[in-house]
Amino acid sequence: MLLELEFEIEPGNFMLAGEASSKIKETLKKLGVKPEVLKKVAIVSYEAEMNIVIHSVGGILKAIISKDKIEVIAQDKGPGIEDIELAMKEGYSTAPEEIRNLGFGAGMGLPNMKKYSDYFEIDSQKGKGTRVYMIIYNK
Amino acid sequence: MKNLHSIMLDKEKCKGCTNCIKRCPTEAIRVRNSKARIIDQRCIDCGECIRTCPYHAKYAITNSLEEINRFQYKIALPAPSFYAQFEVDDVNKLLYALLELGFDDVFEVAKAAEIVTHFTKQFILSEKNKKPIISSACPAVVRLVQTKFPDLIENILPIASPMEVAAYIAKKKTQREKRIEEDKIGAFFISPCAAKMTYVNSPLGFERSYVDGVIAIKDVYGLVRSKLREIKDVKSLSIASGKGIGWAASGGESLALEVEEYVNVDGIHNVARVLEEIENGKLKDIIYFEGLACSGGCVGGPLAVENPYVAKNRIKRLCSNLKDKEESLSAWTEEIINSFSLKLRDVIFEKELETNPVLELDSDIERAMEKFEKVNNILSMLPGLDCGACGSPTCKTLAEDIVRGFANDTDCIFVLRENIKELANKMVELSNKLPPSLERNDE
Repeated sequence: MLLELEFEIEPGNFMLAGEASSKIKETLKKLGVKPEVLKKVAIVSYEAEMNIVIHSVGGILKAIISKDKIEVIAQDKGPGIEDIELAMKEGYSTAPEEIRNLGFGAGMGLPNMKKYSDYFEIDSQKGKGTRVYMIIYNK
Repeated sequence: MKNLHSIMLDKEKCKGCTNCIKRCPTEAIRVRNSKARIIDQRCIDCGECIRTCPYHAKYAITNSLEEINRFQYKIALPAPSFYAQFEVDDVNKLLYALLELGFDDVFEVAKAAEIVTHFTKQFILSEKNKKPIISSACPAVVRLVQTKFPDLIENILPIASPMEVAAYIAKKKTQREKRIEEDKIGAFFISPCAAKMTYVNSPLGFERSYVDGVIAIKDVYGLVRSKLREIKDVKSLSIASGKGIGWAASGGESLALEVEEYVNVDGIHNVARVLEEIENGKLKDIIYFEGLACSGGCVGGPLAVENPYVAKNRIKRLCSNLKDKEESLSAWTEEIINSFSLKLRDVIFEKELETNPVLELDSDIERAMEKFEKVNNILSMLPGLDCGACGSPTCKTLAEDIVRGFANDTDCIFVLRENIKELANKMVELSNKLPPSLERNDE
C-alpha cells in the first residue's frame, strides 16, 4: 500500500513556508513512524520546501509513504541550478541578498538534505527546473 | 504509557459548550451527552482547559492542607511562584507563614532550582547531548513532547525538576538532622500547577517521586494572607537567591543558566509551535529551549491566584532586592551540593522517557495507512467548518474518531441534515407513486 501526499508550493511566500512539511510530519506521526525516521523526513522535507520557496518560480513537494520507505520528491519549475557540485557544498548559496537578510539561504539546504536522507538524487537543468529525489528507509 | 491526569470535570457546572475542546493542545477532550469528557491517555495536564472554561467546570485534583497530618514531620516546598502571590518584600515572612500553617520546616524549591542549574551547566558541557536541549522543568511540556513530538524526546534535559530535588534534599536533611525515618517525613509542594500533581503520581524519568503531596497555592492563599498580618518577628529562613526565585517567570531558568543562545517560550500553543520548528532542524544555533505551558511561566499557573503580569513584576522586584546578598546566598547552593556530595549522576533520569503513541491511528503501519485514507475520505464529506457541534474539536478529529470507532458520520449535523434531505426527497418521490390499481392513463 502506498500513501501519496502532494503539495503545491508557492514561491516567495514565507507565510506558508513549512506548511507542507508540517503536514507530511503530522501524517507520519499518525502512522506511528519511528522517531529517528520522522526526524530525518522532517528535516529533508522542510529544507526541500524552503528551497522551492526561496529559489524557484513554484513547484511541488511530494511524499510517497510505504511500509518500508518514505520517498520525498521536490520538483520545481525553474530557474534550475547552474553548478550542482558547487550548490552541494556546505555554505555555498545563490540566495539573493534580500533572502539572506531574512536569515535564509545559508547554503545548508542541499547538504542537509543529502546528509539526512538514505538516498539522494538531484537533477537540474538551467532554465527548466530542479528535481530532488530522496529516500528515507523506515527501519 | 500510563498517564493518570489530574484535571477533572465538575459535571454540574459543565454546559457542554465547545470552548475547552477547541483549546486543548492534544485534542484530549470531547463533548458527550452535553458534558466534556477528558481522554485520560491524551491529557497532558497543561491546564489550558481550566483557564478557558467559562463555567469553571474544570479543576485539578490536589491534596488538602489537612493531609499533611498523615506525617510526623511535615515539610513545605514552596514553588518560586508562591512568592509572587503576595505583596511582601521579605521572603522570610512567607516562609514563616507556612510554618504557622502547621509545617515543621520549609525547603525552598527556588534553592533546588539553583542546584538544578548547577548540574544543567555540567550537562550542557558534556558531549553527549542533543541540541537544543529542552528543559524538563515543566511536566506538561515534557508530556507534550512525548505525545506530539516523539522525535524530540532525546533532546529533553534528563535532570530531575527543582521540586523533586527539593523533596529529596529536604528529606535527607531531616533524616540526618532530626533522626526521623524517611517514611515519617512528608514533603508537600505548594504548587501553581496541576501537572506537578500528575508528576507525583507518575513521575517522568524516575520510578518514584520524593514528593508526598501537592497543595494548590489557591488553597493556602487566604490562610497565608491572614497569617502574614499577624507575623511580627521574622526568622531568617530563606536561602534562595534571585537566580532560583527567577525561575517563577518565563525566562528565569535560562537566565540562571547564563547561556547566551537560549529561547524561552510560554503558553502551550506557542511552545508547540516552536517545538515544530526545532523538529524542522531550525534553531540549530540554540543551546537551550525553555518552554513553559502557562502564559508568563509558572506565575501564570492555573492554581496561582495573582495576575501573572503583576506576579512577574513582583518576582523581578524580589530578585533585585536580593542583589547585594546574591553571593552569600549562592554560596548556599555549593554548601548543599557538597554536604550531600551530590553529583550529576544523582539527579539524572533513572529511565528513558517513553513516547505516548495515542495520536497514532494504529500500531501497525499498513493498517494505519488504510485508516489514514479512510480519515481523508470521510473528511472530504465533512463541511470543514470545525464547528464542534459533533463534540470533536475539528472535522479532522471527528473523521479520526469515526475511523477509530468512537463516533458516527451522522454526528455531524450537516451530514445528518443532508441525510434527512435525501430521505425527505425520497418520501416525496414515493408519495407520488400510485398503486397499479389506481394508475390510469387518462386519454
